[in-house]
Amino acid sequence: MGKDLREILSFYKGDRSNLIPILQDIQANFGYLPENAILEISKFTKIPESEIYGVATFYAQFRFTPIGKKHIMVCEGTACHVKGADQIMEGIERYLDIKEGETTPDLECSLESVACLGCCALAPCAMVNEKVESNLTLKDIKKLFSKNSK
Amino acid sequence: MNFSEMIQQAKEEYNSLYQNEELVILIGSATCGNSAGASIVSSTIQEELEKHNINYKIVEVGCIGLCYAEPIVTIIKPGSPAIFYGNITPDMAVELVDSYIINNDPLLDYALGTFEDGGIDKIPHIFDIPVLKPQVRMILRNCGFIDPKNILHYIANEGYSGFVNALGMKPQQVIQTIKKSGLRGRGGAGFPTWQKWQFCLDSAEKTKYIICNADEGDPGAFMNRSLLESDPHSALEGLLIAAYATGAKAGYIYCRAEYPLALERLKHAIMQMREFRLLGDNILDSGFSFDIEIKEGAGAFVCGEETALIASIEGRRGMPRTRPPFPSTSGLFGKPTVINNVETLASVSLIMQKSPHEFAEYGTRQSKGTKTFSLVGKVKKTGLIEVPLGTTLREVIYDIGGGIQNDGDFKAVQIGGPSGGCLPESFIDTPIDYDSLNLAGAIMGSGGLVVMDQNTCMVDVARYFLEFTQKESCGKCVPCRLGTKQMLDILVDITEGKGKPNDINLLVELAEAIKLASLCGLGQTAPNPVLTTIRFFKDEYGAHIQERMCPSLLCRELISYIVLPDKCQSCMLCLKSCPVDAIIGGKKQIHVIDQTKCIKCGTCFEVCSEKFAAVEKVSKTKGKNEKLDDEKIDK
Repeated sequence: MGKDLREILSFYKGDRSNLIPILQDIQANFGYLPENAILEISKFTKIPESEIYGVATFYAQFRFTPIGKKHIMVCEGTACHVKGADQIMEGIERYLDIKEGETTPDLECSLESVACLGCCALAPCAMVNEKVESNLTLKDIKKLFSKNSK
Repeated sequence: MNFSEMIQQAKEEYNSLYQNEELVILIGSATCGNSAGASIVSSTIQEELEKHNINYKIVEVGCIGLCYAEPIVTIIKPGSPAIFYGNITPDMAVELVDSYIINNDPLLDYALGTFEDGGIDKIPHIFDIPVLKPQVRMILRNCGFIDPKNILHYIANEGYSGFVNALGMKPQQVIQTIKKSGLRGRGGAGFPTWQKWQFCLDSAEKTKYIICNADEGDPGAFMNRSLLESDPHSALEGLLIAAYATGAKAGYIYCRAEYPLALERLKHAIMQMREFRLLGDNILDSGFSFDIEIKEGAGAFVCGEETALIASIEGRRGMPRTRPPFPSTSGLFGKPTVINNVETLASVSLIMQKSPHEFAEYGTRQSKGTKTFSLVGKVKKTGLIEVPLGTTLREVIYDIGGGIQNDGDFKAVQIGGPSGGCLPESFIDTPIDYDSLNLAGAIMGSGGLVVMDQNTCMVDVARYFLEFTQKESCGKCVPCRLGTKQMLDILVDITEGKGKPNDINLLVELAEAIKLASLCGLGQTAPNPVLTTIRFFKDEYGAHIQERMCPSLLCRELISYIVLPDKCQSCMLCLKSCPVDAIIGGKKQIHVIDQTKCIKCGTCFEVCSEKFAAVEKVSKTKGKNEKLDDEKIDK
């Protein structure tokens, strides 16, 4: 966090092929893609806003609403699925009282699913702020939130 | 520094690791090791050693592939062979320091293996343990043994000598060498690598590109992640060789954002390549110039397809286009482009370091070399493995994987991800090579092997894959966009007990249309998991549709959880943990689940002690089930 929009854009030439890296950089800094950022990118790259939205909504990574401090991504890969990832997802949904894709009203936690984290040998797993937690059981859900809370 | 000076420096540094004056400890620190607790084990060991004033060196290595045994700690005492320890907890780490490092008792119970023949009594050589013995480690030869953040460790193990060998040849000779090896693309389709390169070399265009596809999108597969985290230079050297052979001056690595550690290792490795003048202008004074840029994927499975991947790098929606023209004639920015998978490039490094014959010694007539697979699911020893092509599924699942978890029954193995298929027990002696798997109705894919047991419902697996491909369809072709949605709706109905007698025929009909009328591989193969499960597990579909039951006790709408009165110890554990207070009972009072409140989350089933096993899943035909519920609530 910390860099402002102009500073981020100053690293790029403004070519079309910069578009996705710019969006990624902005999301990494702000946690999401704010509306005014899209407008600024459009001016900078001379790509119409509509097209930028077209690209941003195509990829699963991008979001348009703020994200919680703790970002949980439950893996939905094949190995996780056969080892009960659905139950883990529902358990977390119940624990946080939000649905997949939502953020708690206090902006503490966001819950998403991810196609595969590649930690299949220790399934089921979930990523909590870039740290992978593996071999999850329903019993672990509480720990997931106490262990990582600051 | 010229290359031979580099080798000398590298060998000195690497050898000091395994024949050291001071204690060296290797910690498996790839994603799997880290998630299993490697960092806490590492800090515990360091604290303990400092308490005893022992000098040491900790090296974070990659993944040796024994993921089931993570965290793995390797201890190399001066004058003793390395000993590998598995499943190390912080408490065990303290014990290791006290017993082995201080008091010389190697704690045989915790040891996986050693690194020298006859090194230490009763501890086998690490490559003689059942999981590793049938494997041939060529691609993975460095994984778990070298520090992936240290280019010198790679160079000490013949690293970059393959590229230097290539520099001594003409580009056409390099392509001939790869042709001799018989290498076929490891990304899934199995196209001969040399041929892709030849098209690009033959093009009269001046600007050419080479792309390393590290967008390992298949759910259930992690070979590329592990390789990039454990030995990133092996893929990067392959990229250099490919660039030299095709005449490309710029290269890209397209790696998925879901792999933060692999991305970090790649960035670090590229920085070191620059430092050692293995990248940039006039590499090693050869006159050859080349540079690499990393592009992070943004979460779209379809970008594994070549033309979609190119669109994504160009900053557009990742949608495939018609071919021809193929990327090798008109690819990135309209220029000739070669796209190779991570493992293909690592194989290229290997072939150029050793010889095409050494590579082709393994494998079958049509499928040469070794291949890595992620062996996961309901198998005892999950992990990353490498075997010669042509090895049978049985050898992989039983000899290497140790058989089915909890000694359950093998039901199927899913191979090839969402484009592949589920093969039943009757196919267990099928050799794993491109052609045999195609014949069986599956595909090699990138190398994910997900093993399934009696508790896996095959209709649910088909539904799972369709949900995935339906979500990931880019929407360009109507049959893929709408057809997969129709198939998914039917499969959801079946798993919810709302299936109709004609559903199977309808699924097959839709599947054939989608396969025929979709532009790219995603649509053309999306119906495969459904077709193979219908072909091999028709009974299960029948049970769901006709009897409204799930034989594997998995489909939620078709099962109930009950407490067995004769086994219940009235311990209150399930009652307290039920999230919806659906369990009635008390101390000294047998518990009963109120089926009208139960959400079938499975918590009671999980918390009930294995000793009692008082919670049971049942799936009966509808009439019987209702009666059962009534009986229970009466009690």
